[in-house]
Amino acid sequence: MSAADWTVAGLWLAVVASGLYHGANPGMGWPLAVSAGLMEKSARALFMALWPLWAGHLLAMLLVMLPFALLVTLVQWQRPIQAGASLLVIGFGVFRLINQRHPRALARIRPAQLGLWSFAVAIAHGAGLMLVPIYLGLCQAADLDAGHAAAGRLINTNLGMAVLVSVVHSAAMIAAGGCAAWLVYRYLGLKFVARSWFNLDAVWAVSLIVVGTIALVISLADASHA
Amino acid sequence: MTIRPDPTFHASPKLAMEAPPENFAYTLLLSPDFSKSDALAVIDVKPGSPTYSQIVHTVTMPNKGDEFHHFGWNACSSSLSPLSGHAFLERRYLIIPGIRSSRIYIVDTKPDPTQAKIHKIIEPEEIFKKTGYSRPHTIHCGPDGIYVSTLGGGGKDGTDGPPGVFIMDCQTFEVLGRWEIDRGPQTLHYDFWWNLPRDYMVTSEWALPPQFENGIVPEDLLSNKYGHRVHFWDLSARRNVQTIDLGANHQMALEVRPAHDPVREYGFLGVVVDTTNLEGSIWTWWREGGKFHIEKTATIPPEAAPKEQLPPLLQGFGAVPPLVTDIDLSMDDRFLYVSCWGTGEMRQYDVSDPRKPKLSGSVHIGGIVRRTPHPNGKTYAGGPQMVEISRDGKRVYWTNSLYSTWDNQFYPEGMPGAEVMANAGANGGLELAGDYWVSFPQGYRAHQIRLDGGDCSTDSFCYPSA
Repeated sequence: MSAADWTVAGLWLAVVASGLYHGANPGMGWPLAVSAGLMEKSARALFMALWPLWAGHLLAMLLVMLPFALLVTLVQWQRPIQAGASLLVIGFGVFRLINQRHPRALARIRPAQLGLWSFAVAIAHGAGLMLVPIYLGLCQAADLDAGHAAAGRLINTNLGMAVLVSVVHSAAMIAAGGCAAWLVYRYLGLKFVARSWFNLDAVWAVSLIVVGTIALVISLADASHA
Repeated sequence: MTIRPDPTFHASPKLAMEAPPENFAYTLLLSPDFSKSDALAVIDVKPGSPTYSQIVHTVTMPNKGDEFHHFGWNACSSSLSPLSGHAFLERRYLIIPGIRSSRIYIVDTKPDPTQAKIHKIIEPEEIFKKTGYSRPHTIHCGPDGIYVSTLGGGGKDGTDGPPGVFIMDCQTFEVLGRWEIDRGPQTLHYDFWWNLPRDYMVTSEWALPPQFENGIVPEDLLSNKYGHRVHFWDLSARRNVQTIDLGANHQMALEVRPAHDPVREYGFLGVVVDTTNLEGSIWTWWREGGKFHIEKTATIPPEAAPKEQLPPLLQGFGAVPPLVTDIDLSMDDRFLYVSCWGTGEMRQYDVSDPRKPKLSGSVHIGGIVRRTPHPNGKTYAGGPQMVEISRDGKRVYWTNSLYSTWDNQFYPEGMPGAEVMANAGANGGLELAGDYWVSFPQGYRAHQIRLDGGDCSTDSFCYPSA
């Protein structure tokens, strides 16, 4: 594999790893699936709850990535866009680090509206933003393969990439969350809900800052090579 | 904020029951003639401790005339709700409202209950200004902050607009504003509680401030002007969805006790007195087919008594009403405890079948006419009133005072503060513990009790026990 292939493989790995990370975090909803299973006394209810959680997360990823999918067609602005996106992610991470409070509006969402809840939580925590630098890296790699294609084709490629990244990420997210929910429901018991729940607010904020910084460094390094 | 959830937060009622038992009981002390500052007493309830059943610390407030009544924790097991993301709060602060002054004290119980101290004071003006309510009363830790019910609306006598519920920030204790968006026909307030995963709230009715602050108003009672309705609300939409009238003769619908297990969509309500026959009653409400229903499921008869043994207020009736002033449901939703403050009896009902309560235990202590002494021989003035059950269901604690001016009307001979405890049998039965008797400082009465690590009228759960 060439260096570029390794980069692409690394980026896809990051898409999957961030999905696993989001899914394992109780704050992204797997305890809701446990609750659904226990309230209905059925494993089926647990798995049914995973669907809206998945869909909400997927939608949140797409919503955040779409504007960037359109922006990166401005090829000559690619580097400033990447740097800007990195700074945005860093900035949001810093904001989350300083202000770790949860928006009260989240409490207005009904317990039954799992999809809406999952979407709102992902947006509020900047889960989608974490993916943006990774996504832009993948777009760039695809672009290098394709050469400078027509803008119309590029948009399609980028949109396709956004959908692909969201789907892969969300699939990893719900796989991790679903496993956690099933293990607690079937084997570990409810005690695990309180025991497994670490305060990831600070870690989460730092993750955003780290992802943004790595992306910024890479894009600046690329710029100096060019 | 902590790194792990507070060890006193439990996902289900079952886990709360299995947790280590309580070591301290917090009890509110009030000065009935307002000559002293109200206080919070910290009582050692650890068996075998050299200071067992004694006050080991007191937090005295800087003001007078607050009249402490109910209080609650800043956070409880509801913080584990996967929806609200508050898992890292601590059960640390007691929120103590003065129902006469409308002032709220926040008391910090860390690093140790014996060093509890005032953390913040919210002055009445802030509550008036931000909510239009007055006389804050019941506290519950909820999904988007601390919920506080009030007994009064605006204005000097609290009758300018209806009372309701307001929300406080669970970290800064800032008063955020009214909870209700659509109150429907609700104009009176007393207690409230909820089922969080099922997303509904239940509220009850006592009276407006002029009907209680200077004592019970007999004419209002006899003309059925005290509260007699129960309201059901959509919790996240903040709307009243159903109001049920119990019948005007069922005066003063007070404590609301939903089943702790969120799978169970029912609960209980205590009614102080039926004006047609002086009975006290227990009602069971449930949700079925999207609608709420309620029916009277137990009654407690009055006890006849000669006129000369009765206070002036009751002499015309020739009987003592049981006066059901507090009820409390055990964590496993199996036993309902009912305070009969007039007749001096603590009743225990087996409510395994919630619509058919079965009397399973009873102890007599105090009472307007019976005046049953404690097994240790001491005089217990008043009757069983605010009752709190240990999480494991084995110990039931209660105090004797109802409300300063009402105490004076029903027990004119005075009411030194008292707190006792009874042991509950695993399959029912109730027996007063001879060695548990709390002596309070002269001139104080005792009201609500809260147990460290949570109790049966604090914690609400988002996961079922099964």
